[in-house]
Amino acid sequence: MLEVNKDNFEAEVLNYTEKPVFVDFWGDKCEKCKQLMPDVHKFEEMYGDKIKFCSLNTSENRRLAIAQKVLGLPTMIMYVNGEKAEVLTPDKIHSAADIEEMIKRFYK
Amino acid sequence: MSNHVYDIVIIGGGPAGLAAGLYGSRSKLDVLIIEKGVFGGQAATTAELENYPGSIENCTGPALTERMKHQAEEFGTKFVYDEVVDVDFSGNIKVVKGKEGEYHGKTVIIATGAAPRLAGFKGEIELRGRGVSYCATCDADFFEGLDVAVIGGGDSAITEALYLTKFAESVTIIHRRDTFRAAKYLVEKAMNHPKIKFILNSVVEEAKGDEILEGLVVKNLQTGEVSEVPVNGVFVFVGLDPITKVFEGKIALDEKGYIPTDEEMRTNVEGVFAAGDVRVKMLRQVITAAADGAIAAVAAEEYINEKFNK
Repeated sequence: MLEVNKDNFEAEVLNYTEKPVFVDFWGDKCEKCKQLMPDVHKFEEMYGDKIKFCSLNTSENRRLAIAQKVLGLPTMIMYVNGEKAEVLTPDKIHSAADIEEMIKRFYK
Repeated sequence: MSNHVYDIVIIGGGPAGLAAGLYGSRSKLDVLIIEKGVFGGQAATTAELENYPGSIENCTGPALTERMKHQAEEFGTKFVYDEVVDVDFSGNIKVVKGKEGEYHGKTVIIATGAAPRLAGFKGEIELRGRGVSYCATCDADFFEGLDVAVIGGGDSAITEALYLTKFAESVTIIHRRDTFRAAKYLVEKAMNHPKIKFILNSVVEEAKGDEILEGLVVKNLQTGEVSEVPVNGVFVFVGLDPITKVFEGKIALDEKGYIPTDEEMRTNVEGVFAAGDVRVKMLRQVITAAADGAIAAVAAEEYINEKFNK
């Protein structure tokens, strides 16, 4: 999974138009994020041909996360042509299945 | 799914479930724990658990619950991620239906716990994950150098407020009364903390902000006065609701949805036990959850010996 940060976020996510871009916003202290991570890696193997998978460590890129209106973890965002197409805020993520459902909506 | 019959099927992987797993497995029982989200339960989202005996060093919730899980695993407890959608407790073998599969057990221990209650102000749901949070450990990082509020007056609210002072510029505790349920030690510590302010006898009526939180509308219950408190984050700790929807009509629940049990953690249905925060009890803490789990596992073992091994 491609690690994005303040230096490459614009190029890899906002200016990327080939496929939808999935970004996993996580943090060093977010246990739920870490428990979900193996499943997200699995989803990349399953759906990576049509969706680009990125992760963003908010602990190291706090300003960038807040600029993306992310203030809670875990948050998963799907970008299409650089625009936010769907946002899963923490309350909408009960298990990995919720993430997979969103991914499937963009796997076309 | 197979027709394998476990000795104990435990629903919920928090401290109660993990302790039950440990005790069951150490008795050489065949034990499965079903967890829908994150192992460790609410404790895994707690910053510091300095009230759990023996955990003064590295006492973060995630660290402690990870050790609990590892310990249960060492003795043979099995784990599965699944969300329970239905149960059938009518037969000798209990059936637990998940989204992914069906699980059979001679006994079931319900350890589903409780979930944070919403405070009920306008904008609370819309701004979740955008400034409104129920997990300080998860989200405190974002608020470095910013102003935040905490709603509530219990142990959780005060503990998490103290934790947030490590990050935030200021922490305002908003509480509907002028007395606290929290331990006196904690309240004193908060009162003396230079970064903590209090707004008492007051409730939050509205969270304001376009896409992210910008401030709270707070009403004083005594004077009726309404004021705006500019904060970037608000952490809600106003109590809990039991996670028992799936058991409605299957076992007895009290008027709030909690499960009444006897001293041996038995519910009103034979072979079905409950442990931890989900139970009707006076003190909901990691230590009492773990104790419940141990008792439930031993009671389940006794039940199995009488019912199945004669």
